[in-house]
Amino acid sequence: MTAFAEPLVLPERRGPAGRLSDFFWKHPHLLLTVMLAPPLLWLGVVYLGSLFALLLQSFFSIDDFSGLINYEFTLATYRQLLSETNLDIILRTVTMAATVTLASAVIAFPIAYYAARYAQGKWKVLFYLGVMLPLWSSYLVKIYAWKLILAKEGILTWIFEKLHLLWLLDGWLSLPVVGGNSLSVSYTGTFIVFVYVWLPFMILPIQAALERVPGNLIEASSDLGGTPAQTFRHVLFPLALPGIVAGSIFTFSLTLGDYIIPQIVGSSRLFIGQAVYAQQGTAGNIPLAAAFTVVPIVIMGAYLFVAKRMGAFDAL
Amino acid sequence: MRSDRLNRSPMGLKIAAAAGLAFLHLPILLIFLYAFTTEEKSYQFPPPGLTAQWFAVAWNRPDVWAALTLSVKVAAIATSVALVLGTLCAAAVSQTRFFGRETISLLVILPIALPGIITGIALRSAFSMADIPFSFWTIVLGHATFCIVVVYNNAVARFRRISGSLIEASMDLGADGFQTFRHIILPNIGTALLAGGMLAFALSFDEVIVTTFTAGQQSTLPIWMLEELIRPRQRPVTNVVAMVVVLVTFLPILGAYYLTRDGDQIAGAGK
Repeated sequence: MTAFAEPLVLPERRGPAGRLSDFFWKHPHLLLTVMLAPPLLWLGVVYLGSLFALLLQSFFSIDDFSGLINYEFTLATYRQLLSETNLDIILRTVTMAATVTLASAVIAFPIAYYAARYAQGKWKVLFYLGVMLPLWSSYLVKIYAWKLILAKEGILTWIFEKLHLLWLLDGWLSLPVVGGNSLSVSYTGTFIVFVYVWLPFMILPIQAALERVPGNLIEASSDLGGTPAQTFRHVLFPLALPGIVAGSIFTFSLTLGDYIIPQIVGSSRLFIGQAVYAQQGTAGNIPLAAAFTVVPIVIMGAYLFVAKRMGAFDAL
Repeated sequence: MRSDRLNRSPMGLKIAAAAGLAFLHLPILLIFLYAFTTEEKSYQFPPPGLTAQWFAVAWNRPDVWAALTLSVKVAAIATSVALVLGTLCAAAVSQTRFFGRETISLLVILPIALPGIITGIALRSAFSMADIPFSFWTIVLGHATFCIVVVYNNAVARFRRISGSLIEASMDLGADGFQTFRHIILPNIGTALLAGGMLAFALSFDEVIVTTFTAGQQSTLPIWMLEELIRPRQRPVTNVVAMVVVLVTFLPILGAYYLTRDGDQIAGAGK
């Protein structure tokens, strides 16, 4: 490079690219605008625009006779949303989301804790990929796998039979709410598949939170006479809580909006996602479908607000 | 100093962690077994016999090939769009300070933070309001929207690690903005973009919820599978396709892992 011999202030660059480069150097704000315009147009206009248009539709109503949308501001659709059957759907979905979240947290914790505190080197990689591969492998294939497992003639029945525990399975299936003809058409089946599919989303943030807990904190607790249960209750759990809350954002939100899992594995009673799908498709009632989508948005909005206060976003 | 006893994990924890990992992996492995079963009318376990004939049957199915081709095309174009938009966004957010930076991060994450059904139905009703017929391009538009975030996450993490003085040095030595991008920035973010692109491809290739709303009569591979799940007609072919999909999606994920493993930010952690 001969840059040293050149004058301090370089001459203007030549050629269109050079001039453009100089121009942007002198006007950094313009460069920023040019860089941000395409993604913002895409996300801000196309995506947010569609989202607002959808929400706006929830304030319209559908004409009972013609089936056309009546473009006048009304709260009638929301009144319809709060009818008994629809409230039932909402309650069922929220209950499912809450139990799925709890169960995922319980199953995820030991995996995350082991990976964060004990796994070293090769094992760390193994744990990481062991969570990552199921997370990214095909959603439908995962559901399909459970359809194979939960089928009446499938592997689970076979295992129960070999263990001579078939009476236990039948007993569970004869219970009122959680039971059904077979596991693949019961709430229990829906619940298991939800937990399975969203579990990796819970493991990763808990692990991230636990990685930051210094090992000597646990040792200090036991040095001071804390039993393992006390150490967990007073040291480990409070420090892992932001991670658990962060993970629960995913499990909760994903369960609230899913319509494919309950359709394939589950009873015929609807969840929010299925209601949205049915309203916009066969029923053609876009306003009510839009009003239904407001439910998860409001619930998640409130949830995120609380989560932020608990510091969950630092664990993401 | 840690004592040896404390450094060893309790047996109960070990078992719980191992059981959890087994819970995550055994169902996927079961699909591999079912791809070879001779049973075609039910999901009977254990399989009455093993055969490789379904691979030949699936290979000769034009509808499977058509769905696969469409999925690959959509994923390729959506990934390219996401790569450009995601990189631009990441560069702007990480290299400069401006009003509303936080809002942009939120905006990018929104399409995957909200349940897919909301993104899907919002786009669908927007298309119908604007009288846009459903086509290949409406599918791409939906996919690109939520693929941006994957590229963005990977690129932002890498941009944070490029020191600003490197760019200044390049400019001081007389390189113009394009040369700096070509010779300094691109080699530095290349692997992160490749990893982000692979994950975006995997995400698009697998996406079904948004696709059901933005596709007309066309069927991508996930849509084909969904139809088989709701009304099983050719169980053996579905088993084979499911197994192939598992194998095909594992490759980009492993690739993305090896490309970004040195980084502090883990690729795909924010799916």
